[in-house]
Amino acid sequence: MTEQIDEGLRNELQRQGIWVTSMQDLYNWGRRNSIWPLQFGLACCAIEMIATAASRYDIARFGGEVFRPSPRQADLMIVAGTVTKKMAPQIVRLYNQMPDPKYVISMGACAISGGPFKQGYNVLKGIDRYIPVDVYIPGCPPRPEALLHAFMELQRKIDGQKLTGITKAEHLDPGQPSEFPVPAFGEHDLEPVANPDVFHPPKMERQS
Amino acid sequence: MVYSVTPNPYFFIVVFAGVALVFPILPLALAWLWRRFFQPPKPGAEKNATYECGVESVGEAQVQFRSQYYLYCIIFLIFDVEAVFLVPFAVAFTGLPVGAFIAILVFLLLLIEGLIWAWSKGCLDWALAQ
Repeated sequence: MTEQIDEGLRNELQRQGIWVTSMQDLYNWGRRNSIWPLQFGLACCAIEMIATAASRYDIARFGGEVFRPSPRQADLMIVAGTVTKKMAPQIVRLYNQMPDPKYVISMGACAISGGPFKQGYNVLKGIDRYIPVDVYIPGCPPRPEALLHAFMELQRKIDGQKLTGITKAEHLDPGQPSEFPVPAFGEHDLEPVANPDVFHPPKMERQS
Repeated sequence: MVYSVTPNPYFFIVVFAGVALVFPILPLALAWLWRRFFQPPKPGAEKNATYECGVESVGEAQVQFRSQYYLYCIIFLIFDVEAVFLVPFAVAFTGLPVGAFIAILVFLLLLIEGLIWAWSKGCLDWALAQ
């Protein structure tokens, strides 16, 4: 099923009017061209997201125009803007309620790291502390073209996901969790501060 | 010789019923097969939660209001309507003829009478003695 068809044979058949594909390719083709994002904006990046959805940039060209008001119908969560510590549990909960396979685009400096508000007492230093992020877009805010680029990157990722075998997509693995622990309000900060299963910050190494 | 074969008119209903059965069952069956062979279901407490706004629901859905609230609303109307009429009356007071003054006094009297009646009936007591 996942074996690649010989390219020459495929071209020869195509010339004869026979279109050959694999189930995996067909499945991924359908998935990547109908990514439904969750209608969910947090801050100024949401304005750019709206611009991306509107006529000038038109995310519908990539099949992503159906912004869903319910997490149950969404494939993609675009974390667009500053995540406050008050909002973080809600975001994780919404992510948990999305059906598999689900993807996350971390849009803008704030969603990646807290951005210009990183020092704020109430600002979460990156949504990747609690949920796995597929594509990061730098920018403050990123332009709609950047969001479209991230969308295309995500499509590329979906295209490469395998249905079977050892390298199959993560969401097909029964052991891979679909829900992640929701942080709670502690005395000084959210508890836990980060989900160690998800959050793998790059290690700083000093040159001696 | 040309045969014109007219099918039984009920034949179309059979076709319609067949399509009506296959059309919804086929995607459901495909989804079931997909679940069975490829994508393991991953239900969870939050995924199956009733509300999908991200905020956890608090308390009961069935909240009851006291029926006494209804009487309070009606009596509030007395003060409400009274204020609406009294303000323009007070503003134009010096220029009013005697007839208008008497008319507003009658109006006030009627409302005050209603208030006294409601008061004497005990409508202003929130926790009415049962």
